[in-house]
Amino acid sequence: MSGILEFMTDYTLRTVALGSATLGLVAGALGAFAVLRRQSLLGDAVSHAALPGIVLAFMVTGSKTPLILVIGAALSGWVASLLVLLVVRTTRIKMDTALGLMLSTFFGLGMVLLSVIQRTAGEGMAGLDHFLFGQAATLVGEDLVTMAGLGLAVLIVLMLLWKEFKLLSFDPEFAGALGLPVKGLNVGLTTLLVIAIVIGLQTVGVVLMSAMIVTPAAAARQWTDRLGVLVALAGFFGALSGLIGALVSSLIPRLPTGPTIIMAITLITVLSLLFAPRRGVVAGWLRTLSQRKQVASDSILADLYRLADQHPEPAEAPHEVPVLVAMRSGEAVDKGLAELARQGLTALEPDGRWRLTPEGVDRGRHLVHGTLAEGGEPA
Amino acid sequence: MSETATTDKLAVRVTDLTVAYHHRPVLWDIDLEVPAGKLMAVMGPNGAGKTTMIKAILGLVPTAAGRVQILGKPYAQQRHLVGYVPQRGSVDWDFPTTVRDVVMMGRYGALSWFKRPGANERKLAAEALEKVGMNEFADRQISQLSGGQQQRVFLARALVQDAQIYFMDEPFQGVDARTERAIVDLLKELRALGRTVVVVHHDLQTVKEYFDWITLLNVRRIACGPVNAVFNQENLRLAYGGRVEFLEGRTRREPENDIDEDLRGLGRIRP
Repeated sequence: MSGILEFMTDYTLRTVALGSATLGLVAGALGAFAVLRRQSLLGDAVSHAALPGIVLAFMVTGSKTPLILVIGAALSGWVASLLVLLVVRTTRIKMDTALGLMLSTFFGLGMVLLSVIQRTAGEGMAGLDHFLFGQAATLVGEDLVTMAGLGLAVLIVLMLLWKEFKLLSFDPEFAGALGLPVKGLNVGLTTLLVIAIVIGLQTVGVVLMSAMIVTPAAAARQWTDRLGVLVALAGFFGALSGLIGALVSSLIPRLPTGPTIIMAITLITVLSLLFAPRRGVVAGWLRTLSQRKQVASDSILADLYRLADQHPEPAEAPHEVPVLVAMRSGEAVDKGLAELARQGLTALEPDGRWRLTPEGVDRGRHLVHGTLAEGGEPA
Repeated sequence: MSETATTDKLAVRVTDLTVAYHHRPVLWDIDLEVPAGKLMAVMGPNGAGKTTMIKAILGLVPTAAGRVQILGKPYAQQRHLVGYVPQRGSVDWDFPTTVRDVVMMGRYGALSWFKRPGANERKLAAEALEKVGMNEFADRQISQLSGGQQQRVFLARALVQDAQIYFMDEPFQGVDARTERAIVDLLKELRALGRTVVVVHHDLQTVKEYFDWITLLNVRRIACGPVNAVFNQENLRLAYGGRVEFLEGRTRREPENDIDEDLRGLGRIRP
C-alpha cells in the first residue's frame, strides 16, 4: 500500500516507474518481432554496440543531454546492426558469428573510450558509466519526455506497417515476390528495434537491455497463437515488469532498479513457461499422464473383451480380476477397471467379477478388431 | 502435332540468365520459352539450380546476367500477373497466425501501403480455401496443420493472387497421394483457364501424366520443350549424368475409383 501511496506523491518514483514501464512496453512489442524473426541476438548486439556511441556523443558535444546521448547510442547500434547484415551478405561468416563479432568489438571499443575519458574529462563524465547497468534513479522529467516521444513514434510506425512487417517476419521471400521492398522493410524494422533498445539504456543498461527484448516475447508466446495478441501481451509484460521493478526497488533500500526489472520479467517468463494452458510444461505433463492412463485402461478393456468374446453374449460374461491380472502381468488392473466403470464401459457384479457393458463391448470390439458395431460411432 | 509451341504468345521468356554464388556458377546462361497455358515441369538432379532459377526469375536472388519477360513485357512491369508458391519448408510453421491470415497474405501486394486486409480479402481467402478443400480450417493455427494441409494453404495463398503465371517450388514434396492428386487437378483447372504453371518436380514417373511442357536443368539448360518431344532417355542422361534408369512406357499409376469422393470440397476455379 505504501508503495502505491508513494507512487502518487513521490516525483522521483513516479518518473522512474513511468520510464521503466515505457521502456518495457516498447521493448516488449518490438522484441516480439525480433524473436519471431530469430533475431534475438541482434538485440544483444545492438545494445552492447550502443556504448561507444554514447561515449562518443559525449566526447564530441561535451553534453549529457539525454536526446544527444540517445542519438549517439542509436547511431552506433544501428551501424553495428548494418555491419552484421553486410558481413553476412558478403562473406561466408554466419549470422551468430557476425553478431558475436560486432557485439564484442563495439562493446570493447566502448569500454576503452570510457576509460580514456575517465582519465581526461574527470568529473565531467560522471554518470556515463551508469549506462553499463543502468541507473533508473537518475531519470528526470526530460528523460521521460524523450523516452515517451520516441516510444510513441516507434509504436505508430509499427501499427502503420503492420501487415508489411507481419509478412516480412513470416515469409520474406513471398514478400519479395509480391514486390514489397524487403531490404527497406528489413532496415526499417531493425531501426525500430534499435530505437526501442536505446530508450531503455539509461534505465536498464547496455548489458541487461537484451533481456527486455527477448524475455517478454518468450513469455507472451506461451499464451497466444495470434500475432496481434502476442505483440500486445509482450508489451504488457514488459511494462508490468518495469512497474514492478521500479516499485520493488523503491521499497528495498539499495536495490538497483534495472536488474530488479529483469528479475520481474524473468519471473513472469518462468511462470508462463510452466503454467500456460497449451504450451506450458505442466500442461504437457498432464497431457502425457492422461494419455498414459487412457492407454492403460484401453488395454484392460481389450483383454476383457477378448475373454468375453468367447461367450455367445459378451455383455453377460463376467470375469475374475485375477485372470485379468495374469494377462496384464499385474499392472494396476483394479485402478484401470474402476476408471472404465466410471466411463460406463464395465460393471462390477455382486460376486466381485467384472463384465463389460454393451458400450464396453462396442469399444472393446473397436479396440481389438478396429471395427464398430452396426451404426456405432467411433469413441 | 497439337503439342508444338504456339510461340505467338509466350508466358515466360528467359534470356541468358546466369546466377553465381561466391564466383561459382549455379545457373549458366539459361534460355527458356514457355508458351501460355502450359503446365511445365522443371526437373534436374539435386543442386541443378531448379529453386535458384525460380527465385532468379522472381528477382529474389541477385543475378549476374539475364532478362525475364512475362507475357511480352519485363518482369518488373508484370509482377502483379505472377503468383508464387515457395517451398513449404521455407517458413516457420510455428509462426503465431491462422490459416486465413496466411491466405490473405496473397492479397498484400494488391493492397496499398498502410491498408489492412478487410472483408473483401476475407471473402477471397474463403473462396481459395474452398478450392483447396481447406475451408473448415480457416481459423486453425498453422502449427496444427499436416504437411499436405500446409501445402494446400500455400496453394490457396497463391490462388488469391489471381495470377496469370504461377511458379511453384516442389508442391508435391512430402504430401500424400490424395493431396498430390488434388494439386494435380488444381493445376489442370488452372491450365483450362489459360493460366501457365511452372512447377519444380522430382518424380520422373509422373511427368507425362501431369505435365505437357518440361525444362531439364543441370546448371545449364539441357532441354526445354513439349514433354513428348524432349522427355527422352538421351536428355535425361544429359541432365542426370547417366544415373537414371528410366523405363519408357512403364505403367502409369491409375487413379483409384474412390478418389473423387475423397476430394470433396475441391471445387472448380472460376475464370
